This record gives sequence, C-alpha cells and structure tokens, in this order.
Amino acid sequence: MNILVCISQAPDTTSRIAFTNGDKEFDPNGVQFIVNPYDEWYALVRALELKEAGGGTVTTLTVGDASTDPVIRKALAIGADAAVRVDFKPTDSMQTARLIAAHAEGKGYDLILCGKETIDYNGSVVPGMVAALLDLPYVALGTKLEVANGVATVMREVTGGEEEVEVTLPAVVSAAKGMAEQRIPNMRGIMSARTKPLQVEAGSADAATVVRTFSLPEDKGSCKMIPADQAEELIRLLREEAKVI
Amino acid sequence: MRTDNYAGHDYYQLDEWLTEEHKLIRDTARAWVKKEVSPIIEDAAENCAFPKHLLPGLGEIGAFGPYIPEEYGGAGLDQISYGLIMQELERCDSGLRSTASVQSSLVMYPIWKYGSEEQRKKYLPKLASGEWMGCFGLTEPDHGSNPGGMTTNFKEDGDHVILNGAKMWISNAPFAQVAVVWAKNEAGRIKGILVERGMEGFSTPTMKGKWSLRASDTGELIFDNVRVPKENILPGRDGLGAPLSCLDSARYGIAWGAIGAALDCYDVALQYSKERQQFDRPIGGFQLQQKKLAEMITEITKAQLLTYRLGTLRNEGRATSAQISMAKRNNVETALNVAREARQMLGGMGITGEYPIMRHMMNLESVVTYEGTHDIHLLITGLDVTGLNAFT
Repeated sequence: MNILVCISQAPDTTSRIAFTNGDKEFDPNGVQFIVNPYDEWYALVRALELKEAGGGTVTTLTVGDASTDPVIRKALAIGADAAVRVDFKPTDSMQTARLIAAHAEGKGYDLILCGKETIDYNGSVVPGMVAALLDLPYVALGTKLEVANGVATVMREVTGGEEEVEVTLPAVVSAAKGMAEQRIPNMRGIMSARTKPLQVEAGSADAATVVRTFSLPEDKGSCKMIPADQAEELIRLLREEAKVI
Repeated sequence: MRTDNYAGHDYYQLDEWLTEEHKLIRDTARAWVKKEVSPIIEDAAENCAFPKHLLPGLGEIGAFGPYIPEEYGGAGLDQISYGLIMQELERCDSGLRSTASVQSSLVMYPIWKYGSEEQRKKYLPKLASGEWMGCFGLTEPDHGSNPGGMTTNFKEDGDHVILNGAKMWISNAPFAQVAVVWAKNEAGRIKGILVERGMEGFSTPTMKGKWSLRASDTGELIFDNVRVPKENILPGRDGLGAPLSCLDSARYGIAWGAIGAALDCYDVALQYSKERQQFDRPIGGFQLQQKKLAEMITEITKAQLLTYRLGTLRNEGRATSAQISMAKRNNVETALNVAREARQMLGGMGITGEYPIMRHMMNLESVVTYEGTHDIHLLITGLDVTGLNAFT
C-alpha cells in the first residue's frame, strides 16, 4: 500500500506570536517551527505502522518554501521513505489543498492521511478539500484506522459515543488524537534521513480567501490568589470586581 | 512531579551556528528525556536505583559513542552533536549523562582509538546499542589526582597476564560487562586492558551511601590474580597519555553537560519567579531576584559561547587538553553557582524533590570533583600559561 502523508509545519506552542505587513501576515521571526503534531504523532506514525505491517511506501508531502525542509527531514528521520515539497508559500487552505491534489492526481496513492488540523490556523478543511478535488471518499477525525483488503475501517468519536466507518480505498482520512502514539526518531533514522530523497516540485494555485487582518487575544488578567480559608472574600471579589455572580 | 516543560534558552541565538541535523539530534534527545526519564528521575535518585531499563533507549538516541564511525555501530557524528546529546542528558540528571559519557568517552573511545581491529569489532557495536555496558578503571583508593602513582599491575604468564589491584569511584562498575582497566606492567609502563565480567578473581562491589549521582551506579573494581588473555590488552598506545586522552573526550562532554544542568536550574527559577507571589506581586519583579536571573543567563551564555568554540576546535582536531580543562572547570563552576542561586530563589521549595535543583546541586558536587578536580584543572591552566609545573 502506498500512503501519502501531508506534513505541515507549525509554530512551537511556546512561540511568541506576532504579525507583520500591517497585521496581514504571521511574523516568523524568532519562531521555532515544529512538525504539526496531528500530522506527526498520528497521521505519519499510523502510516508507518500500516507500512510495517503490510508493506508499501510512505511518502510525505509538504506545501511550503525551503524553510519547511527541517520539519520534512524530521518526518524522514521518523521513518517516511521519501518526501515531496511543493515549492509554494500558501496563504489559505484552498491553495494548499489544490496543490496537494495536483501532486496526488494520478500517482496511485491508496491512502492520503492528514492531521485533523494544523495547530496554527486550525482550519480543519484541507483534507476534505483534497478529497473533493480528487473525487475521493473522506473520513474526518479518525481515532483508529485499520486497513484490510482494500478497505479502511475508521473509528470516529461522535457525541456520546463512537462511530465505525468503512471506506473503500483510495480515500482521504484525517487523523485525530488516539490514532497512534508519538514516535521519537532514533539515531539510525536521523542518519538515514540524510540520504532519503526530498523532491522539490514547482506549483502554484489560486487562493479562495484573503486575510484582512490578524489580531492577538486580549491579555489574560493577572491571577489573584485568595487563601483557602477566605471564601467570603472570594465571593465578594467575584460579585463586586469580576461581577460574575 | 511537575510536567517537564523545558524548552531551552539561547540568549545569543547560537542555534544559528548549529546545522539542522544538530538541532534534530538535540531535540530528539530532549524529547526522549522528557518522555522516558523526567517522569522517573526523582524516584530513581531518591531510591538510589539506576534505571537500567533506559539503556537500550540511550543507545537508540545515539548517546553511546555518537562520534564512533558507523562501521563500528556508532553514528559517525561530529563533536558538537556529542556535546548536544550530553547537554540534554545532564539537563535532566548528571548521573544519566555520566553513564553515557563513561560509555562513550572512557570505554568506546579507547577501544576505537587504541584497540585492535578485532577488539573494535567485538566490543563497539554492542556498546553502541547499550546491549553491553562498560566502565573505566583509572582512579585508585590512594591515587585520584595522581593517577600515575597507580599500584594496579599485571605480570606476564604465557599467553595471559595476571592482574592485581583495585580501582575505586568507578561509574557503571556494578553492571558493566567490560572494564577498560589501566595498570602497570612489570616495567612500570601503563597499559589498557579489557577485563570482562565473569573472569575469575574479578569483582565489582557497589559503593553505597552517595548523596550525589544517586541515579547512577558507582562501584569498585577488584582484581585478585585475574588471568586476562594478552589479546585483551589495547595495543595502540601506552603510558599515562592514553587514559588522559580519554579524559579529554569525557571532560569535553562534561563541559556541555554542565550547561544542561545550569539551563535546567535557570529555567525552573525563571518560571518560578514569574509565578511565585510575595508582597502581592511576582518575586521576579524584585531587583534582587532579577540580579540572580540576569547573572545566571549571562554566565550560561558565556559558557555556551566557550563550549561551542571548543566544539569547533575539537571537530578540527585542534582543541588542546588545557582548553578542555578550562571549559570543564568553568562550566561546572557556573552550573554549581546557578544551582545554588536558583535554589535560593525557590526558598523552601528549592530543597524538595518537587523541583530538580537540589538534585542537580548534589550531582554537581561529584561533577566538580571527578575527571580532574576543580583545583587540578586550575593547575593545568596555570601550567599551560606559565610553563611551570605546580602539581608537585
């Protein structure tokens, strides 16, 4: 089975977020980027587990400029066989999805796995768009994924319970927490990542939306500690200062 | 136990001098430490129990002989990669780093540099994976700073030698499968001998009662007429310079490791100072606390600069023993000072196992003593700059 795993980079959760160009663009200065955790921990690792159990290849696909190469090398160090980077800096999900679909079209991937969302823009729409553009079935937010005889069985969390879905491959699946466990690359993987192929493809696509402005949430107010034996003071503050009761 | 949220401190943007692979190696070691070691290290130290189950994992992240060539099971990495791994291990615990640096610099390094091809092929791949562990026998009960005075000796006996004597303060001794032992031949010349567990007359009692490096095993090596095949002698080099060159490699790793311990203490103190309130505001807003934090990050940054430069010199084969001594001495002193100041900032909480500072501080009392004491390194610098020997 040949699996395509979509890998995005995202700012480390400890990054200080700032904007540039009149608050229309994210400012990457001083930001440490990581592999988007949903792509790395769940989509990529489950793809590797499926390959280890049943053979095949795992290829990663990233839409981005050369600044994304470190996260691609990490994905290769974790165990992907090969990587493709579409050399384009997208500004919205539609652009990313169009470029992923343009690459995947006709390549014969049995399964396209994506993280359920990136932890920066949290759009959760790219995998669905890719499926629509390729006219493939799509199962969102899978927490378990098994494949047998050309059919994927995906477990999904639904309100109050779980849903088991079957889908004939090829298909697109987005991965949520639970689909696999984080894998830390080992030294062999890091060494072999040096020589694994990272193919750079040209590409361009139209965006469907334009960002007008970004803004930061308001600062959290400072925390006021009330000793445990002063419940009356707590109630007074909640009533008179916070005005929530 | 607190969640380990450590994210590193790089005040002078030294990451820009690292390659992407350096960063991947460092971040991998950091992620492994957070997942596998941080949750158990306080218990291991408190119970004085070496967490042996970590050995295969240490092998997988490349902590054992990362600069050993791939043909012998190593990763063929450069010296900065080795340093970064040691930094991340000691960021968690000096004992963990000690286990890895003994294996790398004091066991694999001499076998690689001075061993025969047969010895390299026999030992290095197993040592790189952690399947076998090794230890290094130089220090004796009566010969610490003066290793040349050692009394451990061997006599020829056909195709064997007969080894007698005792070594003390040996990291990894209680569980090591092989010991690199330095002993004098009948002519008084120091040679390295590979002594394997199970050889008759060889025992490795554990040393108990340590208040430092409690998560690492330390023992003695006792040789009572041990018959060792001559093929176990390291043929490549003899004399005191052979073990001292191994110490150069280990001390280089310690210089990086000590930065790790300092960074962890600083990180904890910085976070604590923003959260801990006294007089209705965070203590980090008080000048005396800021003085501590500012001096800590200044000294850490100086140590990082010194050590990165040492790494590039070592990569080029140009780092002198005296330069390594300076970095080891400086960085361990920095780490100890940072630990002591950080401990004060945490007040009473600083002495508890809730935070790692007291453990780091106790560990560093060993680190400032082993592999050349603080004073001996001072004399090495003194000798280097004056040309006058003040040792004896």
